[in-house]
Amino acid sequence: MKFLVDAWSAGARAGSLILGELQLETPCLLMLTKKGLPAHITQDMLDDLQTEGRAMQISPIEFLESPPPKVVAAVGGVHKYLYLKKSIIVAVARNQFGLEADGLNGTKFGASFETSAGRRVVGPTKYMEAVNALRPDIWASLPDEVPAWATPKRHRMAVDRTLQWLDECLSLNAVQDDKVLGVVVGGASVEERKRSALETARRDVSGFSLSGFGLGENHDERGELLKSIIDNLPEEKVRHISGLGMPEEVLEGVAAGVDLFDSTYPHTLTMKGFAMVFPLSMEKQNGYYLEKKNGHHLSNGDMKKKNGFHVSNGETAGVYLDPSKLDMRSYIHRLDTNPIVKGCQCYACRKHSRAYIHHLLNVHEMLAQTLLDIHNYHHYFSFFRAIRESIAQDKFESFRNWFTSRSYDNTTVDPATYKESYMDGLLLAKN
Amino acid sequence: ANMAALHFEVLARSKLARASRLTLPHHVVQTPMFMPVGTQGVIKGIANDQLEELGCQIILANTYHLALRPGADLLEQMGGLHKFMNWPRALLTDSGGFQMVSLLHLADITEEGVTFQSPVDGTPMLLTPEESIQIQNKIGADIIMALDDVVKTTTTGPRVEEAMHRTLRWIDRCISAHSRPTEQNLFGIVQGGLDPKLRDQCVKGLVERNLPGYAIGGLSGGEDKDSFWRIVAQCAAGLPEDKPRYVMGVGFPLDIVVCSALGADMYDCVYPTRTGRFGSALVPEGVLKLTNANMENDNRPLDESCSCMVCKQYTRSYLHTIVTKEAMGSQLVSYHNIAYMMKLSKDMHTSILEGRFPQFVQEFLQKQFPNRDVPKWVRNAMEVAEIDISIRVQQLARETFLIQDNWRH
Ligand SMILES: [Zn+2]
Ligand SMILES: [Zn+2]
Repeated sequence: MKFLVDAWSAGARAGSLILGELQLETPCLLMLTKKGLPAHITQDMLDDLQTEGRAMQISPIEFLESPPPKVVAAVGGVHKYLYLKKSIIVAVARNQFGLEADGLNGTKFGASFETSAGRRVVGPTKYMEAVNALRPDIWASLPDEVPAWATPKRHRMAVDRTLQWLDECLSLNAVQDDKVLGVVVGGASVEERKRSALETARRDVSGFSLSGFGLGENHDERGELLKSIIDNLPEEKVRHISGLGMPEEVLEGVAAGVDLFDSTYPHTLTMKGFAMVFPLSMEKQNGYYLEKKNGHHLSNGDMKKKNGFHVSNGETAGVYLDPSKLDMRSYIHRLDTNPIVKGCQCYACRKHSRAYIHHLLNVHEMLAQTLLDIHNYHHYFSFFRAIRESIAQDKFESFRNWFTSRSYDNTTVDPATYKESYMDGLLLAKN
Repeated sequence: ANMAALHFEVLARSKLARASRLTLPHHVVQTPMFMPVGTQGVIKGIANDQLEELGCQIILANTYHLALRPGADLLEQMGGLHKFMNWPRALLTDSGGFQMVSLLHLADITEEGVTFQSPVDGTPMLLTPEESIQIQNKIGADIIMALDDVVKTTTTGPRVEEAMHRTLRWIDRCISAHSRPTEQNLFGIVQGGLDPKLRDQCVKGLVERNLPGYAIGGLSGGEDKDSFWRIVAQCAAGLPEDKPRYVMGVGFPLDIVVCSALGADMYDCVYPTRTGRFGSALVPEGVLKLTNANMENDNRPLDESCSCMVCKQYTRSYLHTIVTKEAMGSQLVSYHNIAYMMKLSKDMHTSILEGRFPQFVQEFLQKQFPNRDVPKWVRNAMEVAEIDISIRVQQLARETFLIQDNWRH
């Protein structure tokens, strides 16, 4: 594993992670998986997504019982087992779908996880059995993750245990490769974070995984925590973070010098029926849904009568106060022949209308999740690409400022404007 | 009713079986063919590009469900179901009647139509033959189905006769209500329960109407298999040679092979996709239950003879860990099962073209029944289809035994 920093911009860095023949441009998003595969996107569709869709994060905790590690080992690891030949697989203990260790049931022998076989304590031996069977491209050591609100004493213990488990994982590493990320913990304590970073950096690791974020820490203190960690990590090694998800959070992490992210955000939106539509660059706002168009307006009442709609109680007129995402469940999409985002090159936008995706959600068809996941990942990959470009051009700070201020501005726009433009959209859709 | 928006050409015959080319407004399809069911305008978990990749030629959508959501008027406004779901190939819609009778408790059939309680607000509603056709005209499928009076196959007595006569009366109402005969093909449905006389009367009545195609309805409802194939054989023999024949609701691979041997062309069923979601894969040997514990250590593909994306990429062991648990499990096994049904259809078509359909049937049965215990009803049907399965089955059994023997060493 080789990591090269190519450009710096206001603390943020753009680099390349080279793993044999595969290469990853950073900062980048790792796709979340369930049992090693994206939740709803099959591989043939993944090919069509973007090259970034080739970087995935898996959890060794999902490979403890079924399939048994020996079955995965027998075929030569997870790349072969799941036909992920061209994918970069990053193994991190934390299950991204919310089954992370909560720290409360852990012991000195291991962290506690909810697995397919019930709750169980997983120690370094069991953990490394899975890692050695999976043979991922990069893997993080087993952390003792605790929520931010745990006592200072518990956080101190977590740092000690995580260091001890790191040493054990390193000695249990069957191939003694250079693919190891040491995990940095310490909750919301600046002192413990610093100690964890310094001690981890002393070990023979190729990079770091910043753990325990998104577990209840105060957002105002996050910047300081990130700084206390990264100031104590060597510059030439790659940094991964778990638990930063929203675009603004990602920008905060990038600003601090983080390279790899495992955001749950795109998939969370999908599961709630939302599509990501925020603009991706300062020059080109793709907020066409905000455009004012001429034409007479139909009131909701007219629409209902005209089309004989049965609007069930669960449906409400969608007035969007948040211009960063569309609620695809809202009935206002039902006649909209536009794609989610005009000009988006993803499969969902090239092939299908908002009306069809709305229908699929309405009748609980799982292709809705597939299409939304494809779009949301595509869109978030494009966001990361925009971040990389801004760093390469040394414009990261203005990109970040523009992005965060844009979110603020648009939420204050008069709701009636949105409603109006949507009704115009409906009218256009009908012509 | 002598207008048709299709062209049907029988390319080759093998005794009663036929391989044909059916040119529909949106796609040219080959028969025998299986049509996957996309109830709500989507095959569960499978994208359009994947369906094309799988070789799906036509999708069946359910009028009853589409009329509820998103609604026929909306579909018409959007330019029809083809445009709405962006499916470039052929579509078929059912009449909606069967769905009502089978899904709703309070459906009642009168001369006017099917009365039922609205699932939205419980008010009494009526689906007439005219309305069924109007809705299907709005949806715009290549093939639309007449509203028929469906009775359970296990029903006996005067109700069966009444249903048959009503089906014939309703076909005329369907024909006169059909507003797009040059763009959509109205198929009539043969009813008459398990009574050969009634079936015969219905076939004759429908054939007089000179429809673009015919379906054999009212089967696959729990009747015994011997009655099932005999009705299919009788109807197929009575229907015109130059029109497609569609056996409704049939989807077990064995049933499809038998019906094709008896001269039927088209089939539909939710079975392959539904059973896939429950973790069962269709393979030449029958059904592979992926939930079985012995799959955990099995690093073979679902079906070694299948070239689909799933068989190329995943092992039984992996699929065992995700079926019935993850959405991906349903997606992948359904995908393979459709691939299996498409290959089965294509193999039948090709073997008829190449004059080796009897061998195809023999080999198919040999794999499904390696112990030579081919069910009596299949043997009876093959006798009528003039396909000799006795000699070949024994001979193949010996070959397989030798192959298995080699494997052991
Ligand atoms: Zn898109
Ligand atoms: Zn297959």
